[in-house]
Amino acid sequence: MRRLRWKIAGHALALLATVLIGGLLSATLVRLAPGFGVDERELDPHLNAQSVQALHDARDQDRNVFKFYFSYMSRAAHGDLGSSLALGQPVRTLLRDRAPLTLRLLAVGLGLAWMLTLTLALSAAWLRLSVYDTVTTVVSGTFLCLPAAVLALLSVLWSVPGSLAIALIVFPHTYRYARNLLVKAYSRPHIITARAKGLGEARILFWHVVPVVTPQLLAVAGVSVSLAAGAAIPVEALCGLAGIGQLAWQAALARDLPLLVNITILVTLVTLLANSAADVIGYVVRDQEA
Amino acid sequence: MRFWRKVACVLLVLVIGASLAANWIAPAGYAKQYRDAIDAAPSRTHWLGTDEVGRDRFARVLYGTRISLLLAPAAALLSTLMAAFIGGLAGYLGGAWARMAMAVTDLFMSLPWLFLLITARALMPLNVSPLVSVLVTFLLLGLLGWTAAARVLCTTAGSLRTSDFVRQARAAGLPRQRLFWIHVVPNLKPVLYAQFWISIPVFILSEANLGILGLGVAEPMPSWGSLLKELEGLVSVGEEPWKFVPLILLVVVVTSFQVLLSRQEEVAA
Repeated sequence: MRRLRWKIAGHALALLATVLIGGLLSATLVRLAPGFGVDERELDPHLNAQSVQALHDARDQDRNVFKFYFSYMSRAAHGDLGSSLALGQPVRTLLRDRAPLTLRLLAVGLGLAWMLTLTLALSAAWLRLSVYDTVTTVVSGTFLCLPAAVLALLSVLWSVPGSLAIALIVFPHTYRYARNLLVKAYSRPHIITARAKGLGEARILFWHVVPVVTPQLLAVAGVSVSLAAGAAIPVEALCGLAGIGQLAWQAALARDLPLLVNITILVTLVTLLANSAADVIGYVVRDQEA
Repeated sequence: MRFWRKVACVLLVLVIGASLAANWIAPAGYAKQYRDAIDAAPSRTHWLGTDEVGRDRFARVLYGTRISLLLAPAAALLSTLMAAFIGGLAGYLGGAWARMAMAVTDLFMSLPWLFLLITARALMPLNVSPLVSVLVTFLLLGLLGWTAAARVLCTTAGSLRTSDFVRQARAAGLPRQRLFWIHVVPNLKPVLYAQFWISIPVFILSEANLGILGLGVAEPMPSWGSLLKELEGLVSVGEEPWKFVPLILLVVVVTSFQVLLSRQEEVAA
């Protein structure tokens, strides 16, 4: 229990470090971005010299990167992530509007990818037919050799939902690990003996295989979240889905650094959280097994 | 598997050879426009037809393949050297150095690859000359793609540091620097080769993704990414199948690298 607490504390520390380092990086990039410190209001002919000077003075505290960092972090702590340069809207509003679609897309995509992975990997481990193994390896290998953006383009061409494109981008990565893990687990002596003695396949799977492979599969599941998040950019951008991936792409094309860096930090936090959760759950499963 | 490795080698040699001989094989330069044959279908003059501005697609495929196949290994070399320096040194030094290096590596690795790439790409000016855009794209891939390799190298160097022969050499009074270059680095070579080969297909695919998203190599310079961007306007697969040639070529090359990679992984293991 104590070790588990230490593990959770370690992950929490990593998340905190990501926020602090990411925040510093974000503040530095925003501070150095072209157009920083330029205020269109200064061009207003109705303003006199004193008013223009007042606008200058108001921004003076932002000129120092570290001062800017602290003000950025305190604003971020209150939910103010700044404004998008290209879209002229608060970053928070943009993220709030687009997050549901991306989350739905990722959830369905990951669900489909794991269904496909486990079905094919389990059948490969059960059947142990070299032909079947070769076919599934070739299929997953072909998808592995296709750029994610091409899969997104093909999904548009064939009117396939974006979530399926995400599933097909993630699946070859997860299948490779899952298949190897399951084949290795099924070749363990005690499982071979159990099979020889006529123990049912379901019993072997749930009693002997699942407990062995779960921690490692959970680790792969954590990594698959990062893969799916990365795949969301081409899929949303090319399928015309107004999610966070498309927002990141638009921000990159417009060099909208405040928006892009905030999105990147947010996505990093989500993937770190997923990896930490997978690690902690895997640890608990291993502990219970022991 | 040995047969497939030979096939992969032959295919790679053919593709690389053809791309290097583009100056002689291609009917014209990659930027030459045939204004009287815009978006033309394949013919005797234009084997793969022309694109929407009348450039010969076959020539662009050859030149694009040359760019992708020369610069992806260059980027892979850069990332492998960075990984060797950061991961190898951290693993060899051990203790706080290794922990610090691995914490930074983990942080980098938690960033989704494409998010990291487009953020870094957005930091650079987008309206640059085509040549600069090629260099920026592959330099970014090389500079950002070292993390996974560094992790592997740190672990390998760490286990070498505690191995008997290194301990014995240290006890015999061999200076630390000499020990690193003479005993540690040569033993890291198989892992370095494997990481180099792993990086090449990853970088080829990453460049293709960036190109399709409009963040890669700038026009009129061709690359697989910019050539694949043509698929965006397709209505059906059967309509203009010749537009799929760059994709088929990319899949063949990446698959060949993956087949050769299995050999490298065996050596590294």
